[in-house]
Amino acid sequence: MAPTELLLNYLPILIFIGVAVVMSCAMLVLSFVSGKQNPDVNKNAAYECGFDAFDDARNKFDVRFYLVAILFIIFDLEIAFLFPWAISLSEIGMFGFWSMMIFLGVLTVGFIYEWNKGALEWE
Amino acid sequence: MNNEAMTSFDFSSLGAILPELFLAVAGLVLLVAGVLRGDKSTNFIGGAVIWCLGIAAFILIGLEWDRVSILNGMFVMDPFAGFMKVLVIGGLIASVALSMQYLHQDYIARFEYPILVLFSGIGMMLMISAHDMLALYVGLELQSLALYVLASIRRDHIKSAESGMKYFVLGAISSGILLFGISLLYGYAGTTNFAILGDTLSHNMSLGVIIGLVFVLAGVAFKISAVPFHMWTPDVYEGAPASVTALFAIVPKVAAMALLIRLLFEPFAALQSEWFQIIWFIALASMVLGAFAGLAQNNIKRLMAYSSIGNMGYALIGVAASGAMGITAVIVYLAIYMAMTAGVFGVILCMRRDGNAVENIDDLAGLSKNAPKLAYILAILMFSMAGIPPLAGFFGKFLIFQSAVESGLYTLAILGIISSVVAAYYYLRIIKVMFFDEPADKFDAEISLSRKLVIGLSVIGVIFFIVNPSPLIDQSRIAASSLFSGLDDVATPDTAENNTQ
Amino acid sequence: MLTGLAFYLFAAVVLVSAIAVITARNPVHSVLFLILTFFNAAGLFILLGAEFIAMILVIVYVGAVAVLFLFVVMMLDISFSDLRKGAMQYVPMGLIIGGILLAELIAVFSAWKFAPNAADNIAVPFVQSAEGITNTEAIGRVLYTDYVFAFQVSGLILLVAMIGAIVLTHRTRPGVRKQKVADQQARKKSDVLEIKKVTSGTGV
Repeated sequence: MAPTELLLNYLPILIFIGVAVVMSCAMLVLSFVSGKQNPDVNKNAAYECGFDAFDDARNKFDVRFYLVAILFIIFDLEIAFLFPWAISLSEIGMFGFWSMMIFLGVLTVGFIYEWNKGALEWE
Repeated sequence: MNNEAMTSFDFSSLGAILPELFLAVAGLVLLVAGVLRGDKSTNFIGGAVIWCLGIAAFILIGLEWDRVSILNGMFVMDPFAGFMKVLVIGGLIASVALSMQYLHQDYIARFEYPILVLFSGIGMMLMISAHDMLALYVGLELQSLALYVLASIRRDHIKSAESGMKYFVLGAISSGILLFGISLLYGYAGTTNFAILGDTLSHNMSLGVIIGLVFVLAGVAFKISAVPFHMWTPDVYEGAPASVTALFAIVPKVAAMALLIRLLFEPFAALQSEWFQIIWFIALASMVLGAFAGLAQNNIKRLMAYSSIGNMGYALIGVAASGAMGITAVIVYLAIYMAMTAGVFGVILCMRRDGNAVENIDDLAGLSKNAPKLAYILAILMFSMAGIPPLAGFFGKFLIFQSAVESGLYTLAILGIISSVVAAYYYLRIIKVMFFDEPADKFDAEISLSRKLVIGLSVIGVIFFIVNPSPLIDQSRIAASSLFSGLDDVATPDTAENNTQ
Repeated sequence: MLTGLAFYLFAAVVLVSAIAVITARNPVHSVLFLILTFFNAAGLFILLGAEFIAMILVIVYVGAVAVLFLFVVMMLDISFSDLRKGAMQYVPMGLIIGGILLAELIAVFSAWKFAPNAADNIAVPFVQSAEGITNTEAIGRVLYTDYVFAFQVSGLILLVAMIGAIVLTHRTRPGVRKQKVADQQARKKSDVLEIKKVTSGTGV
């Protein structure tokens, strides 16, 4: 277990989670209890302008969209490496600085590749 | 409170990692060059990758191979690493040279192909030199990730996509298992460094360590496709484009085997009685399964997959035999296996009819009449694979079985000989189909110069190995003995003191 | 007391929602349960003092990976009920393997002990130390210097992932009109505009 001082920082979040859980449960339960429940088939059916719901919401979807999402995840991870670097920069000196610059340089090469390849264009 | 580790960072120590650094920079430059010029630059990039690998090999050979561990003990250079890297670079050059023509024929001539091969090669070299569990893992992932992409590079082809997917999912599971094992070991010993880990494990034992060891070995066994972690091999070999299959068969297993050997004889040296049973079992199971399952195959790529499973089994006998002699046998065996496989895949890549690749054994029928040169070459290679003297394949097996007998592993030696007799059936069956069956239609005649060169070198090596086997065997012996001599450098990384202040 | 309570709360929710991930009929519900699992795992990491990993779990896994999953299951044309067909036949095998793993884990953790010199081997103090160095800063102090090798190779891995994603999914389709900024800028007035003097009454 971590030291208590550290965890005390997170106490507000814990209280917030508790309040959120209680509030949302209360809303659901109260409306369920106090409202009049009288369901039938038509009331429960998915509403689609009076028609039956006739097909699935899923359809063929261009893989391009996922490409953008995957590239986002890669840069997201890169950003994750920047946080510890930023707060410890005063400790790690020039070597740490250039170490990150090389890392960013490698990914910049990747970025040049993406850009020239046209992977970032929406067409 | 400046950190000592980086003020005292010694750039001259980077010499040992120079080949990898060079290849990484070359890969980045070629990536930019390729994307600026588009897919029409594939041949140029392929040639450049071969040149860069050649230069890296020269740098590597020019280095001092004395044992040195750098970068906070994460990277080690010793004669074993040096020699295995030379083998890996040779295999990479061969596989790129074999594939360039095929890429155009199968419409996968994309400039990323040779670059991905290059990056996977860097991963393999880092695996061989890994001296820390973290370094091992990142090297392994760099290698595997590039190979997953290569397996499905023919993305419009359902089988290629399937093989990439299978390889990726199973590879990810095996990486997870490996990481779990590493975390158990780290939890026990508090370090990932091989030297300190080996030191810690030699004093104390715990059940957690054994289970960690088993998980790590399972993860690595997946990479060398040893039974029971072999399921992916036939499907991936069959589905991937033939040039990628050639790469899979020639190189990554050598790197993974080097990694396994380093793991077993450095951090796990003290646990030999524990890992011996595991290696013994997977060696036996791989040989037997490789021999018997291969009998039923009609697709030559699947056949080569089972053949590689079996061959990894033989190599593992040498590991089980341990000692410098066993490891020498493993290195010689792997070198010969690489040379033979390069030749065989050179011939497989030539199996095209009317512009389409064919890959059934029946398609080779009557090759001796249609293309006698190709038929004789394949016959020689198959005789060598079957272990018929005086070809090189025989010596590889001979050294392995000799080391097994000297270490008293009679069961493994006998079963190994039996299964190599069984496996000889399917190698000889190919020869029978080529020479005695009714001729099928001719293959397309055009074969690129680079492919002829690789096939030619492979055959010459296989035939003339007997004339002068000593350079390879001597080098292997030096490499192997370096694993057993220089282990007294249990250097505590300089950071241990600095950071606890 | 409160930390113990929080631990059991997070651990219980992790377990329940992880089971719900694989049992939920609707794949969208599965992904939402997965997100709940990630959040509670992040809570567990905070209890251990590993703030950085907790935040990365929220930023990368919840923020990016799970959202990508959600896209896939909501948008992609896959019949998940078909995929699930025949999955039941693997349940016995899965239970056997899971059971063996569980037995091993119980064996490991019931008899767990640390190597006597484990504490000396650890290169970095991993939780907030007395000097008030936070967990993230402690990581930063070693990641870019002592572990520079692993760090740089991670960069290469990310690069290969980028190349792989593009090689496998990017297509250039023919006949798409794109904005060419350079051409637009290079266009001269004289190339496209002609001024004619029109005398009134005669027309052009």
